[in-house]
Amino acid sequence: MCGIAGLIHRGNTSNVGFELQGMLQALKHRGEDSTGYALYGKTDGQNFIMRFKVGENVGEGSTSVMEDVSVYDERKKIVDGYLSDLGAKIIKEERILPYSLRYEIEYDKDLMEFSQKIESVPGVEILSMGKSLEVIKDLGNAEAVCKRYNLDKLVGTHAIGHARMATESGVDIKSAHPFWGYPFSDVSVVHNGQLTNYWNNRRVLENKGMRFMSECDSELIAVYLAEKMRNGATLEEGMKESLTGLDGVFTYFVATKDSLGMAKDTMAAKPLVLYESDDLVAMGSEEIAIRSVLPQEIETYDPFDGEVKVWQI
Amino acid sequence: MANLKTSEKKTKAQSMGLHSEVLTGKTQQKFFNPDEAENFYYFGTYDVDFNKRTEIDVKNMECREANKKIDELMKDGYGTIVIKNPQGKHSLGVGILNKLNLIFEGSLGYFGCGSMDGPIVRINGRVGWSCAENMMAGKVVIEKNAGSCFGAAIRGGDLICKGSVGARTGIDQKGGTIIIGGDAGAFTGFMMQRGRIIILGDVGINLGDSMYDGTIFVGGKIGSFGSDAVEAELTDSDQDWLRRKLKVAEIGENFDVSKMTKVVAGKKLWNYDALEPTEKKGAI
Repeated sequence: MCGIAGLIHRGNTSNVGFELQGMLQALKHRGEDSTGYALYGKTDGQNFIMRFKVGENVGEGSTSVMEDVSVYDERKKIVDGYLSDLGAKIIKEERILPYSLRYEIEYDKDLMEFSQKIESVPGVEILSMGKSLEVIKDLGNAEAVCKRYNLDKLVGTHAIGHARMATESGVDIKSAHPFWGYPFSDVSVVHNGQLTNYWNNRRVLENKGMRFMSECDSELIAVYLAEKMRNGATLEEGMKESLTGLDGVFTYFVATKDSLGMAKDTMAAKPLVLYESDDLVAMGSEEIAIRSVLPQEIETYDPFDGEVKVWQI
Repeated sequence: MANLKTSEKKTKAQSMGLHSEVLTGKTQQKFFNPDEAENFYYFGTYDVDFNKRTEIDVKNMECREANKKIDELMKDGYGTIVIKNPQGKHSLGVGILNKLNLIFEGSLGYFGCGSMDGPIVRINGRVGWSCAENMMAGKVVIEKNAGSCFGAAIRGGDLICKGSVGARTGIDQKGGTIIIGGDAGAFTGFMMQRGRIIILGDVGINLGDSMYDGTIFVGGKIGSFGSDAVEAELTDSDQDWLRRKLKVAEIGENFDVSKMTKVVAGKKLWNYDALEPTEKKGAI
């Protein structure tokens, strides 16, 4: 079933890590195989933040194959070497978990070439690349992932997240949402629903040089939008095209460095409740997600079928 | 349980065409006989006094706990119960088979007031998906907006939303009346079988898709008609009924019902006249 949530503070910052944790935890009954956060933090915008993994979480009901932890160190070493080859300078590095890392990088060249080189290392996946975006995803519910990665102190402008019940692909980090809109800096996507023309679209996009890291149908949305934007479409134009280009039932959120958007399929088959004010937009699969940040009585509504909306910070 | 008899007397509702179809075969059409009213009994119902009023705060309660508390209060004879801080919780006020004044001071989540028979409910907030699903009788008034599948499969009673509603309102509706003060989403009246839907605002695509029977009245624009939904003549009798219904519902009292569009089933789908022999056998 899955649950999605998102919020954007307009003209302000807040503790978005803590807020999103509350929203996603309220939706945990919709799935707690994995939980993911795409947080847009307050940064100086100079360097890239790269979140990446060198292995999978093999505990907690994971469908991944157990690996010797020593391979993580080997992969990290190769990644560090490739970064040097690419002319990227590591400003700061943090190893959050044996398989999960966060680098601050000075780099000013093509992100597609960069990503292809880094991800050519077996078992390595870039979860996000951006100047304010950080994608953190792992197995377990929102509270567990938040605690594991110390997210509750993260201050930023906006965030989207996903509580997953795995149905069509494995219980692992690579199939967890949000998905980075490779190769675009600071683009992320979460989705609730099923896409029925996944393979047709995937084949077309792969022939155009786009990359897929999982077999999760939701990843298609990120890649689809990234390809549209690569060809000059705005985010909103890409989202509107997706209403006919993607087949199936879906409600999805997409976020960029300075905006947050939602799209709902033409049958309105998947839920979404929306609260909108001058300084805050909060939305989720169920009203209880919004209630975790706004417990007082508020005006909310369900967007109609085929609606696309985008808000700026 | 009541021993229902078919009333020979033609009711006003029948004369107005509300029960237009005549069911045959194994399915028997039976109407409520007032003479048998005293024989109606539901297990777990109570005598309540509407003047006996109380409040409960459900902020820190799970839905089961809150619903159990409502049941206990009815058992103690409370006929008016005010629920404070529902805060979008799911499945509140479900399965109430009693006469009761129930007031929610806030918004409900999914499946609020489902499967109920008799209460009069006022919700001073919004409701999530599938509000009042399977309602048999009673009245539910929502002051703000509602989610999708509003009034799914209701069989009777009045369901009123003063704001706008999501998709598939009145899906599989089998009776009763749904009244929307604002707009309604796609597939409104999808597969409805009986009853009426009134929408004062606009409605989305595929209105009345695959409807078997029943009537939909729309005051605003229609996105598109669904399969087998057709426009019908709005009669004087329809207009009288609409005016009375809107007045009783305290919604759109001055609305010009003469300009509404009436939508009914065209009855041209396969299940009416184009059955294959094997399908006919299966249907029997």
